[in-house]
Amino acid sequence: MKKLDKDSLKKLRDKLRRSSRSSIILRVGLGTCGIAAGAEDAVKVIEKELKKHDIKDYEIQRTGCMGYCYCEPNVEVLMKDMPTIIYGNVDEGIAKKIVVKHLVHRKLVDGHVVDRPAPDIWEKQ
Amino acid sequence: MTSYYKYYAIICPCEEDCSGRTSEEIYEAFMREVDEQGLEDTVQIVMGECEQVTEKGPLMKVEPGEHLYHNLSLKNISKIVREHFGQDKPVKKYLYEPPAKENIRLPDSDFYQSQFRLVLRNCGVIDPEKIDDYIEREGYAALAKVLSEMSPDDVIEEVKEAGLRGRGGAGFPTWMKWKFTRQAEGEPKYIICNADEGDPGAYMDRSTLEGDPHSVLEAMAIAGYTIGAEQGYIYIRAEYPLAIKRLNKAIAQAEEYGLLGENILGTDFSFHIELRLGAGAFVCGEETALIASIEGDRGMPRPRPPFPSVKGLWNLPSCINNVETLANIPVIMLRSGKWFASIGSGDSKGTKVFALTGKVNNSGLIEVPMGTSLREVIFNIGGGIKGGKKFKAAQTGGPSGGMIPAEDLDTPIDYENLSKLGSIMGSGGLIAMDEDDCMIDVSKFYLQFSVDESCGKCAPCRIGGQQLFGYLDKISSGLATPTAIDRLRTISETMQKASLCGLGQSTPNPVLSSLKYFEDEYTEHIDEKHCRAKKCRDLVRYNILSEQCIGCGLCKVRCPSDAVIGEKRKPHEIIQEKCIKCGECYKACKFDAISFG
Ligand SMILES: Cc1cc2nc3c(=O)[nH]c(=O)nc-3n(C[C@H](O)[C@H](O)[C@H](O)COP(=O)(O)O)c2cc1C
Repeated sequence: MKKLDKDSLKKLRDKLRRSSRSSIILRVGLGTCGIAAGAEDAVKVIEKELKKHDIKDYEIQRTGCMGYCYCEPNVEVLMKDMPTIIYGNVDEGIAKKIVVKHLVHRKLVDGHVVDRPAPDIWEKQ
Repeated sequence: MTSYYKYYAIICPCEEDCSGRTSEEIYEAFMREVDEQGLEDTVQIVMGECEQVTEKGPLMKVEPGEHLYHNLSLKNISKIVREHFGQDKPVKKYLYEPPAKENIRLPDSDFYQSQFRLVLRNCGVIDPEKIDDYIEREGYAALAKVLSEMSPDDVIEEVKEAGLRGRGGAGFPTWMKWKFTRQAEGEPKYIICNADEGDPGAYMDRSTLEGDPHSVLEAMAIAGYTIGAEQGYIYIRAEYPLAIKRLNKAIAQAEEYGLLGENILGTDFSFHIELRLGAGAFVCGEETALIASIEGDRGMPRPRPPFPSVKGLWNLPSCINNVETLANIPVIMLRSGKWFASIGSGDSKGTKVFALTGKVNNSGLIEVPMGTSLREVIFNIGGGIKGGKKFKAAQTGGPSGGMIPAEDLDTPIDYENLSKLGSIMGSGGLIAMDEDDCMIDVSKFYLQFSVDESCGKCAPCRIGGQQLFGYLDKISSGLATPTAIDRLRTISETMQKASLCGLGQSTPNPVLSSLKYFEDEYTEHIDEKHCRAKKCRDLVRYNILSEQCIGCGLCKVRCPSDAVIGEKRKPHEIIQEKCIKCGECYKACKFDAISFG
């Protein structure tokens, strides 16, 4: 790997921003807290279901804690033409529903939507 | 494929004033109305997960567009359905408009959320194990800017303008610490990140490191450049294995990109970071004990001065900063100190991360602008107290902190106000307590912790803590005399004045602050041998109400100490001398025939 300097760092950032990501991004909160609450199991179910439904253009982003201690595990779904939604208390059943209902049928999973706590400071420039 | 529905509407269930039932009713009414107007393929209505923002009444968020309706009532439903979902015209007069916040300043005030995520900007958003994720979101841009455009003095000036103060407990101005270390004589100098986080109930630093390790590494490099250090250490407890793993991975990735190591970003500035693992002693979070621990000695404090910025690690100038303090730095460098200082209140700038736990509905890792009121935190963000119970007090600052009673719910949370109330910001543990919590019991819990964690070097802390605990124990078991309160105060004062380090000096805080606001509970325990929260076992009595008891014998079977006597089908009785107050009989009884209090 070539070491970065100021200009190449900026170029790298611009390139990363331009590069198109998958059309479905699933963020899973995998801090110590999320893992303890069973987030890894949710990931396994999600991956299995995605395979079953032959969805390939996706990315699972393994993030740190999202902050909703009261309803771990958490999964955030970002996809085109759908509102970005954060789900709470995602056990294996809900994980399956997220794929089948939200990703395939484009319907929200009732009873598990949590509100985003704060705006993104990098977006609100 | 496009979305199935044109609109998605999420109703937030709420308790308290508007009661869970109301939002259920609203939900059902919406469903009916949508059906009646033939819009069932246009909008999906769902119930949300969180207990939310009570005083705004039942809420509904509509996507796309992020429209937020508040104070929903059965009356305004048909208009919203018709105009918003049917005609694509949001009903302006029912939309929530955030009020101007009086004592807190915020850069953008057009959002309704109470939280503002600056330290946690990337937590839950990026993959902490991928440096590219961080770089995409302005990562290392601050370091690049500092190295190419700013002198060390410029950096100090910017941090000064920001008004950033230490988040590790004491609230010392960060720019001063940086300046002192920069000016101090001796080479090499060190940057130390304090990630010991020993307070029970606190997990802000762990979450930050697990979710966004690069933000702290970048800040340490900026600090290194500023004070003239080439080596940084992160002192982290071995009990944080995931944070350690992610930090090590992040350091390796940053080195590979030339963002840490020799000649960072092609400049002649070099900076290395290594981890030092602690064994998990609370006192090792104290800066001089931390230094001793890194040097391989027992983690014990030494008197200050000299301060670490003059004589720190290996007797060389060292700047010790907390994880959260550091995580603010890259944003300050990119957005300016002035921008940062526009957030917060009075002399407390920026935000504070809290680990909100205890009896609230929505426990969580939260970040709010300084100056946010406790009410906002507990009732809006925390969704109020569980089970509709009454809020009694909040504990901030862990074993070094104190209680804030219900009367002071509207006090803005900042350094000055908390210390006026006899508590401290501390590192950010915030525990909500309700009417079932006994203040003596809570104080005893913290005292037990401090006694266990005292290193024993100085007598006031070693002996004083034991003594305080002893008096509290007597009070909670009904054996104390009225002089106990005076004794608590005298010992506390001595400990505050004479202890060597912050641990001993702050050990009495939970006692003093609970005495300040809840002295009546202390006297009740002492004089009447009564614990109103029914927490102090020795003061609680279990009794069988003979009118209610049918003599089924269930309690007798359950009692582990044979304290229940009685014949079948005749009222039973508890022999108090034998009762160990385990509560098994109370749980077993199906006829409400056992009282306790
Ligand atoms: C008993 C005791 C425990 C402490 N524990 C911590 C800790 O876990 N983390 C921390 O950052 N500071 C802790 N401190 C405060 C540190 O001594 C020091 O003030 C702080 O790390 C400085 O960083 P800041 O200026 O960024 O806040 C503790 C202090 C005492 C007296």
